[in-house]
Amino acid sequence: MIALWKRKGQSAVEEVPADPRAMPLTASAWIGLLIVLFWILIALLGPVIAPHLESDIITDVSFAPAGEVGLLGSDYLGRDVFSRVLYGARMTMGLALVTTLLSFSIGCILGFTAATCGRWVDGFMSRANDALMAFPSIILALIVMSSLGTSLVIMVVTVAIIDSTRVFRLSRALAMDISVMEFVDVARARGEGVWWIIRKEIFPNTLAPLSAEFGIRFTFAILFISALSFLGLGVQPPAADWGKMVAENLQGLLFGSAAALMPACAVASLTVGVNLIVDWFLRRIGGGAAEELLK
Amino acid sequence: MLRLIIQRSLLGLVVIWVVSILIFSATEILPGDVCRAVLGQGITEQNLASCRERLHLADPAVSRYIRWLNNLATGDLGVSLANDYEVSYLIGLRAANTLKLALLAAVIAVPLAIILGLIAAMNAETRLDRGISISTLCFISVPEFFVAVVLVYFLAIQFRILPATVNPRHLSDGTLIEVLRTLALPVVTLTMAVVAHMTRMTRTAILNVMSSPYIEQAVLKGASRRRIIVCHALPNALAPIVNVIALNLAYLVSGVVVVEAVFRIPGLGTLMVNSVAHQDIPTVQAIGMIFCTAYVGLNLVADVLAILSNPRLRHPR
Repeated sequence: MIALWKRKGQSAVEEVPADPRAMPLTASAWIGLLIVLFWILIALLGPVIAPHLESDIITDVSFAPAGEVGLLGSDYLGRDVFSRVLYGARMTMGLALVTTLLSFSIGCILGFTAATCGRWVDGFMSRANDALMAFPSIILALIVMSSLGTSLVIMVVTVAIIDSTRVFRLSRALAMDISVMEFVDVARARGEGVWWIIRKEIFPNTLAPLSAEFGIRFTFAILFISALSFLGLGVQPPAADWGKMVAENLQGLLFGSAAALMPACAVASLTVGVNLIVDWFLRRIGGGAAEELLK
Repeated sequence: MLRLIIQRSLLGLVVIWVVSILIFSATEILPGDVCRAVLGQGITEQNLASCRERLHLADPAVSRYIRWLNNLATGDLGVSLANDYEVSYLIGLRAANTLKLALLAAVIAVPLAIILGLIAAMNAETRLDRGISISTLCFISVPEFFVAVVLVYFLAIQFRILPATVNPRHLSDGTLIEVLRTLALPVVTLTMAVVAHMTRMTRTAILNVMSSPYIEQAVLKGASRRRIIVCHALPNALAPIVNVIALNLAYLVSGVVVVEAVFRIPGLGTLMVNSVAHQDIPTVQAIGMIFCTAYVGLNLVADVLAILSNPRLRHPR
């Protein structure tokens, strides 16, 4: 995911577009936007539309085919797959959103602090960050959850902290670029405090790249959380989470049931949708010089 | 140059050491102690005492850490808390399976990704490039289990071309054909995710080189685009591409955990996930150490190769 950034070159500051509203949407961005809006709508209204509760057992037949029972068939306990996918939208997107907001708060505040507070603070924080980034993220999550337990809160906090290392690195790099600009020197000379400089000078100038990063981290959180709940950690039954639903109904796949396919498609379409928007956004804010040359 | 490589290797060792401290301290952040947490419901004074005895909980943390590291270095990984087997025995049973899966995926993914990346870069900003770009973006975006479930549903269930689950017997003592057949779907799943990343990064690396002045020079002298990319850009993009490959092989480490779970492959990933569920901390620590060492090692290889492929560092003035 970080690779997406490389295309836009070194300094992010000059590449902020004059007016983001002036950017025309490409076809793929439209598709992404429609998918994401669709799922947001489902997350908000899901429980109203759903014909059954997420924990309701509506039939004795497990893995009943689509159409016979409910719209998408029944799962391994005879619950309505359609209703559970609708409920799952709220669970999966809600968890991912909370995680991303948390990781952004941690990462941005620490990253901006590191960039403004001088060499020693920066050196210490960056080394600590490097140490955490030396772990493959899912392995680190597994190690932490093995000792602290596998509850939902612990999973969300763990994923947020792991994710915040990436946000830290980006926000620190962006803030480094900006903190050497004249207007920040002027603010320092005026006698403004560190917190004021972060809030009023640095943050507004990092908004465009950070919002693209928010999209990337949001999909990362969805993938990470659904992978963990697929592995049986975090989300507890009978709550409907897309990753967990895939794991629960994996057995049914062998009998030709598509119950596992539905939640998997739901996750995939949501993450693809978000990434299509992010991709378009990145293209807009960073026209690559290389792509100009050999047109 | 040699000094740079030695420096980088020493740094790698330091990173592994820091990782070992962090992994060890995972047992220390528990409220209360490990034994109370692990024994849970069936706790008695007697088994609590024997568990504490076994893990040397009375000793200070530093001396326990030194003993743990020492044992780790000599191959003694401790005893599983879940079933009293030696952890090294449990790992020995499964390590080969994980290695086979990861190696097969790497062998397929690397050449495929470089070719796709080259094609995309050669045809930058055309329909073909846009197509590759969108489809790799989609493959990066979707979870591994989605690819796995779709492949199983269509290839194994609907068309019955390949087996849906991995047969452990074929995997361990089958012929080459049997191993390849039983691992086909997991390997393809793993390959998809890695190839997508690598293709994008290869394309970016080549296009970055394309923006340098000597490429402009080559364009102006009238060289064909194919010649520019293969003769001028590719050799200079080698360092970043090699870097990309090593980084993405490191990514296999994470991917393997999920893919093993989907296909029920008895490998290190499934062992680790089961151990997390049972709070079997010695096993989690040992496998965590193995995965992290592999990850750090691959990153190290990436950096060393990048140093080696830079002529300025290879032939200092």
